[in-house]
Amino acid sequence: MVSPTPLQAFSAVPKAPTKTSKQTLVDGEKMTGAQALIRTLEDLGVQDVFGIPGGAILPVYHQIHDDTKFRFVLMRHEQGAGHAAEGYAVATGRVGVCIVTSGPGATNMVTPIADANMDSVPLVVISGQVGIDSIGTDAFQEADTVGITYPVVKHSYLVTDAQDIPRVLAEAHYIARSGRPGPVVVDVSKTAQVGEMYYSWPQKMILPGYNPTTKPHGHVLREAAKLFEQSYRPVLYVGGGAMRSNAGAQVKELADLTDSPIVTTLPARGIVPDSDPKVLGMLGMHGTLAATAATQKCDLLVAIGARFDDRVTGKMDAFAPAARVIHIDIDPAEIGKRRQPDVPIVGDVAEVLDALNAEIKRGQAIRGATNLKPWWNLINSWREKYPMKYDEATPDGTLSPQWVVEELSRQAAPSTIWVSGVGQHQMWASQLIDFENPHSWISSGGLGTMGFGLPAAIGARVGSSRDFGGKKPVWLIDGDGSFQMTSEELAAAFIDNAPVKIAILNNSVYGMVRQWQTLFYDKHYSQTSIRDGENTEDIINVPDFVKLAEAYSCVGIRATTQDEAKAAIKRANEINDRPVLIDFRVYKDAMVWPMVAAGQSNDTVTYKPGVQPLLHNDTSDSGSDSSADEPQTDTDNAIVAAGAASTAQSEK
Amino acid sequence: MAIYPASTPHSERHTLSVLVENRPGVLARIAGLFARRAFNINSLSVSPTERPDISRVTVTADVEQVPLEQIIKQLNKLLHVLKIVDLDNTDAVERELVLIKVAANETNRSDVLEIVRLFRVRVVDVHPESLTIEATGAEGKIDALLGLLHDYGIIELVRSGAVAVTRGPHALSEKVVGSEIRGR
Repeated sequence: MVSPTPLQAFSAVPKAPTKTSKQTLVDGEKMTGAQALIRTLEDLGVQDVFGIPGGAILPVYHQIHDDTKFRFVLMRHEQGAGHAAEGYAVATGRVGVCIVTSGPGATNMVTPIADANMDSVPLVVISGQVGIDSIGTDAFQEADTVGITYPVVKHSYLVTDAQDIPRVLAEAHYIARSGRPGPVVVDVSKTAQVGEMYYSWPQKMILPGYNPTTKPHGHVLREAAKLFEQSYRPVLYVGGGAMRSNAGAQVKELADLTDSPIVTTLPARGIVPDSDPKVLGMLGMHGTLAATAATQKCDLLVAIGARFDDRVTGKMDAFAPAARVIHIDIDPAEIGKRRQPDVPIVGDVAEVLDALNAEIKRGQAIRGATNLKPWWNLINSWREKYPMKYDEATPDGTLSPQWVVEELSRQAAPSTIWVSGVGQHQMWASQLIDFENPHSWISSGGLGTMGFGLPAAIGARVGSSRDFGGKKPVWLIDGDGSFQMTSEELAAAFIDNAPVKIAILNNSVYGMVRQWQTLFYDKHYSQTSIRDGENTEDIINVPDFVKLAEAYSCVGIRATTQDEAKAAIKRANEINDRPVLIDFRVYKDAMVWPMVAAGQSNDTVTYKPGVQPLLHNDTSDSGSDSSADEPQTDTDNAIVAAGAASTAQSEK
Repeated sequence: MAIYPASTPHSERHTLSVLVENRPGVLARIAGLFARRAFNINSLSVSPTERPDISRVTVTADVEQVPLEQIIKQLNKLLHVLKIVDLDNTDAVERELVLIKVAANETNRSDVLEIVRLFRVRVVDVHPESLTIEATGAEGKIDALLGLLHDYGIIELVRSGAVAVTRGPHALSEKVVGSEIRGR
């Protein structure tokens, strides 16, 4: 640059133009940004895209043709598109991709983006943005998408130049799927969409600040192996990170090597088949008693891709109080966030476990394996004494929702992909379905998004037909409340040929909230009755789910008795050309047990009203390590009786 | 484990140096992380560095050790953040620029000027009823100066926020590998 003369220093006009924004790179094929966007998705190997068009993204949609290499699934709501992409990503292990418009289109995506962020689902969301001359002017359908999404994404981009589109999309795709997976937003201004550029592939990514660690350090592995040698009551606490890393085989190997029980979080259900005797099921607020008890009494807690969520730990100070902790996670920020581990291991779960298993084998070759018989005796006594059970008969003669879930599981093909909404049905599905395959359980964990179910099921079904020739059927278990948040996607399910099977556990209420109102809010059922499926004279049943299904050309069936239910499930399993919806009329006061009240210690876990085995020191016949003279005054103090007192504590 | 709020009146002072890509929106993303965790920033200064593609953010805050570690980890997750260090006070040079407008008239102006001379700071504006003083230095020196000037009446005060570098010949940006960051 030429230095200004003294006079020019006072003039705003520089002596010579310093830089031009003119295109200097002329390698590659000349095209518009919108064309480049579609071409990039093709070159990235994207096979399925979900979304809805709109004004600010029209140039991109204009470039989607019959010969475009990906399938486009037109949803009915941007939120549905986002959840569908999530379901697709979890079922296939690939990145879910959405294309939506600016403003309201983008803001409708915020919920699925936050959901994907909490559950580490790889997602790329492409949103339209107004032209750069209009940005910041409150132009029609303008929203600061990058600003809105930044707190709930892995990363957000604003693209203002067409030439940047291929590189930014390549980076976004890489960021979404690598390291700890997560959602990435690419907000593409109309200027970039219509601008001309030179397309070349592959693209060089510029990511100086992004270096995820996947390989573990050697010395922490030795320390972890040593902790295994020294422990007599180990527990493997397996979370969604193990699922994202596809580490089922490694987890099973570790469990077999060390004879450790496996407890899982909600997203990790099925990581090792439930038929494996080492699997104790889910732990935490609504986990099995054996899983929660084993974790509370363990002396070594191995957190594998799990983040000590409060729904798992209950009151943090009282969680696994005697345990030393090994924490394996790809995200360094998770380590020590909720509990300081004794051995922190940063790395990809599958890679870490491969290395750890080798290290443990080496040690066992010299010293032999620890005998954990007393620990298993204790665990098995919990399992026998406190199995997952429920009342099949209900006071009002309606179906027992738990029975419906078990019957669905009994009749389903082993390859079934299970999807759920959020609420009581989600917990029952997690508790009572026999999961035999990983990646066959799709549910909204961290954010707990009601309405997640139907679109996610559609996404899973699209993934099933892409990867498995449609041979994996998709069953959605949903609640009547949760389902109504996104029921419009029945249209997409029918028209875009995603024949999902939908089981609505219809209890006419927001069941989980009602359960809390029953237990903690004096049975004041404020605004939880939604009156669908009520069969009284003065209440109109709105909506009639059977008619709703039929309105969308789907098959609708109602089941009020066990025989009807069995027949309905059988029929649904036989229909594969269109979605089927079964409206199961279930008991509205059925509750999810076991339960730990929010904010309470997991030691207070209530197996069923009036039975709190851990408080009463029921560690059975063998190897009890807790003091026998603990006061037993709380014998009848079940959660129900605790009433208002526990409400106060749960709000902490 | 979790300590909330992260900043309490008795927390220790920390100085964070954060190297970031020099582009729009980066500061908002960093500040957002602090705000979300109830992390009260004492001072914050941002400017480009010896490399025009990299900016350096210096944050000082009174904060507990555990939330600080968590926020450093969270900052590291931001793609625009290249490098973070928690500068050790004994091994870093820290400076702050302050402009102080003191009420000083003919009766006490010489007293104020004496203080100015003792602290080796400068007067940059004089008015019959005021003196404006420019001072640079570490936090302790500035605080001492302000303590002495307080009695004369401080009309207006502005501090730049601390900037800091480690002692010795090495630059923080040496740890940032790769060529110039362009695009995006």
